[in-house]
Amino acid sequence: MFDEPSKLLLGLLTGIFFGFLLQKGRVAKFPVIIGQLLLKDWTVVKIMLTAVAVGSIGVFTLVSMGAAELHIKPAMFGGLLLGGLLFGIGMAVLGYCPGTSVAACGEGRKDAVVGVVGMITGALAYVWFYPRHQPILKSFADWGKITLPELTATSPWLWVLGLLILAATSAYIFEAIHRRSTPRHT
Amino acid sequence: MITMLRKTSWSPYVVGSLIGVLSWFSFATVDKPIGITTAFEYTAALISQAVSPETASTNPYYTAPEKSPKIDWEWMLVIGVFIGAFISSTLSGDRSTDDVPDLWRKRFGGSVSKRFAAAFIGGAVMMIGARLAQGCTSGHGISGAMQLAVSSWVFVVALFLSGVGTAFLLYGKKGTNHV
Repeated sequence: MFDEPSKLLLGLLTGIFFGFLLQKGRVAKFPVIIGQLLLKDWTVVKIMLTAVAVGSIGVFTLVSMGAAELHIKPAMFGGLLLGGLLFGIGMAVLGYCPGTSVAACGEGRKDAVVGVVGMITGALAYVWFYPRHQPILKSFADWGKITLPELTATSPWLWVLGLLILAATSAYIFEAIHRRSTPRHT
Repeated sequence: MITMLRKTSWSPYVVGSLIGVLSWFSFATVDKPIGITTAFEYTAALISQAVSPETASTNPYYTAPEKSPKIDWEWMLVIGVFIGAFISSTLSGDRSTDDVPDLWRKRFGGSVSKRFAAAFIGGAVMMIGARLAQGCTSGHGISGAMQLAVSSWVFVVALFLSGVGTAFLLYGKKGTNHV
């Protein structure tokens, strides 16, 4: 029923930092999430791209040192595509994603609290209907737990470098557009 | 230091970089990626087992090898996210007590029950999607993507296409003027 106390404590600590950062990043806010989906406010993409690029350096370093392993989900296309479709619809209606819903609750947003209750209900439905939906999902293609470097038979470091270039270039472009659209105060 | 912590917002690049570093920490300490929705699934599994043990005993969910519902690292992570956001918003005074977000009010009116009903349904649909795909914007979008998982990149593209399409259907092009 319970993990070891040291793990629980580490989880709590990691979560506190994560929640703190999500709140400081302004992504626990309805207009920021909807603004991203309306392609107007790019805060969510900026944070995600930077996190992915920076994170990949450490993760692949730890893996190459043998200090950690990759923990990825199988490429089961039925679940990913149907799940992605439902997730996008739900996120656009709610105005928060799962992590930012919880962070928005911490910020005092009541509609996010209702959203979290909805999320628990959705999780119950997933468990109840597990015997029904699993055969359907498993009837679609499943490539297993595979990474992009494995799929393309390339070095993961090539991809890490690519992510860093992508993140840096898009940050440069975002800021250039921002400078152009902000009127100068002279 | 304290003035930094009291600021309402930080640069998205700083926040993103620190989330990246936080992932190094989670891989180095417990060898786990940051994710949110597994904890919701396990909570739901524990609830339904407690409420109706007979139904649970016939559900193959509980004997699936990759499922081990318990109060674990991820569960505490979710509690931590709530506390962390509470601390951050309290330090900066960036608290909200609004029932209905402004953008929603402009489009759908000020009815609290309407907004709460949509939030409930949206949350439920989003969570079903997350569990079918086995991850969310954190587990797939950040943690899986940085591990270069094929599954995560497929999911992220699918969710953005669907989310952008739904948002434009709900708010239309005019909505972009209010963001």
